[in-house]
Amino acid sequence: MTTFVILEGVISLFLIAGGAFAFIGSLGMAHLRDFYMRLHGPTKATTMGIGCTLVASMLYFGVIDSQPVVQEMLITLFLFITAPVSAHLLAKSGLHQKLPHADKTRGRPAELRSEEVGDKPVPHPTPDHQHITHERSPLPRRTAREESQDEG
Amino acid sequence: MLDIALTISLALILMAIVLNAFRLAMGPSMPDRILALDTMYVNSIALIVLMGLWLNTKTYFEAALLIAMLGFISTVAVCKYLLRGDIIE
Repeated sequence: MTTFVILEGVISLFLIAGGAFAFIGSLGMAHLRDFYMRLHGPTKATTMGIGCTLVASMLYFGVIDSQPVVQEMLITLFLFITAPVSAHLLAKSGLHQKLPHADKTRGRPAELRSEEVGDKPVPHPTPDHQHITHERSPLPRRTAREESQDEG
Repeated sequence: MLDIALTISLALILMAIVLNAFRLAMGPSMPDRILALDTMYVNSIALIVLMGLWLNTKTYFEAALLIAMLGFISTVAVCKYLLRGDIIE
């Protein structure tokens, strides 16, 4: 009897953790400022969230039916294999389209080398490279004064 | 306890799907929209799994598996189209 209560608590914990992770991932995707930042949320947090949800489902049906669950294992395996691949492809297509990035990002998106894109290499950014934005102007850079205000 | 957790989780994932739809509509560039669709199908898989828990049935997990495979393939296809201008060369 106590075992079932503990198991119910564990399943509930996994369910809520899964929902929270999925929500945080989507919130990051909706809220962050440029594409390269937005890529972080769904690829890590959402994958973690659906992993938690599937573990909860696996525990529940494993106890109810008392037989191993195959479908959830397959879904988990497939999602955990495919999420990095699709994220890599998305990042490559974002770099290929030279999407704008927020100026406060440290460093720059790595330049594509010729072997990564085949016959037509994307040119390396020169030191005085002007970044293309949708508003035809760079995203606003935060001044040192604003940052010190935030810290204070 | 399980009912309450299930309700909370369903609400969170529904809100996540609403945020995905927002980014899908607003996204300034194509990769943003692809990313939103990618996240949306992952969230819909979570929704289907939660529906299976709610209705206490295992019928819908094959549908979730199908969505996982087809969603990945469609993401890769659209990304390849954006990268190379062609899907199968």
